[in-house]
Amino acid sequence: MMKTLYIKSPVEEAITKKLRTGDQVFISGVVYVGRDAAHKKIIDALDHGKSLPFELKGQTIYYMGPAPAKPGQPIGAAGPTTGGRMDAYSPRLLAEGLKVMIGKGTRSPAVKDAIKKYRGVYMAATGGAGALISKSVKKSEIAAYPELGTEAILRLEVEDFSAIVINDIYGGDLYQEEQAKYRNAIR
Amino acid sequence: MKIRNIRAQKITKTVARLCQEANYFLPNDVHRALKQAHKTEESPLGRQTLDRILANAQLATEEKMAMCQDCGIAVVYLEIGQDTHITGGNLYEAINEGVRQGYEQGYLRKSMVRQPYSARVNTQDNTPAVIHTDIIPGDKLKITVMPKGGGSENMSRLFMLTPGQGRSGIIEVVLRTVNEAGSNPCPPVIVGVGIGGTAEMAMALAKKATLRPLGSVNSNPENVRLEKELTKRVNALGIGPEGLGGQTTALAVHIELFPTHIASLPIAVSLQCHAARQKEAIL
Repeated sequence: MMKTLYIKSPVEEAITKKLRTGDQVFISGVVYVGRDAAHKKIIDALDHGKSLPFELKGQTIYYMGPAPAKPGQPIGAAGPTTGGRMDAYSPRLLAEGLKVMIGKGTRSPAVKDAIKKYRGVYMAATGGAGALISKSVKKSEIAAYPELGTEAILRLEVEDFSAIVINDIYGGDLYQEEQAKYRNAIR
Repeated sequence: MKIRNIRAQKITKTVARLCQEANYFLPNDVHRALKQAHKTEESPLGRQTLDRILANAQLATEEKMAMCQDCGIAVVYLEIGQDTHITGGNLYEAINEGVRQGYEQGYLRKSMVRQPYSARVNTQDNTPAVIHTDIIPGDKLKITVMPKGGGSENMSRLFMLTPGQGRSGIIEVVLRTVNEAGSNPCPPVIVGVGIGGTAEMAMALAKKATLRPLGSVNSNPENVRLEKELTKRVNALGIGPEGLGGQTTALAVHIELFPTHIASLPIAVSLQCHAARQKEAIL
């Protein structure tokens, strides 16, 4: 049964037990933004024992690279980018305590296994709905790697950020489950 | 015959405006097709996703803001009348200057990086544009700006089939491409299929096919039948809006043909996301 949940980020350790594939989630609190180049830098920092731009434990990473903010706005269009490009990095981050990943599109079997093992969760925001999603962002600042420009790590404060649980700790996969229902359903 | 002068500055100004309008305003035909899909879609998650896509388009229009943060590579199609003469500057420089101004003034994301396989340093102004040029009869210049997002562009495919694989081979690779792309290209997509020519010609045709207005009829009756069959079968894949399941995976399949070599059957597939942005002007 799909439910609607309102959660705070960073998340509590136990929260991922409650989240099931298909649940509608509204997130409020702090969310970090990072995509390909930022992930590469975080992994590099971990490999070389350097300090991380933020404490990973309990955190949420949103795969996104925003459009520039107009004057008076916290951010421009801010929709998700493809999660699969972060597959190579995610298991390591989950092992380090990352809890929530938000993007769009399917994840690799290795990421799904890591979600189960380290009790994380992968959610999708609506791809291509960047203008709409920007309205749930209340504040945005550069947290690390400003040299990456639109790929820098941002610290967002969000309010009722809408996402749907795709992969949960029980091995559920919303894409597979929902697509199977409509496969060969020619109208 | 008279030569008509067109000033490079006018081209720059026009391209700057087109970059912004394309990113703010979803074309009417795409809007209509999404609304129609919402009426027929049976998947609750699919309908909910279409609701959000339509609400997003409306908000972007009202606030004149980018509908998607990926404001794309600026793909620019030129149809240059052979009786025109560009004055006061270099044509391609004029276009790139337009992209530069349009993306900066329009609060659009600059996504171009130099040296693709190593440094990947952002060019900071979304140039260079990818420019396609056709010379046509007449004394007009038609400019079409198509901001193309990376998520959908990454799902493009080219297949060099053997002539024997024919129609069924084409159906197979189109279905394979859309199926493997899944939720990545932000469905519901417009599927552009380029068949024939050479490898690069097929790819160019495929992308150009996604520009054809939704609801327009292919001029070739055999293509009409193949488009119909492909649309039905793509939508039977179950992928649905944003891959969350449903019957709306493609808003349309568009085919463009070119004659080809006796040994060849090139087929290219280009997917355009539901934020199917394009804007044109005729000078």
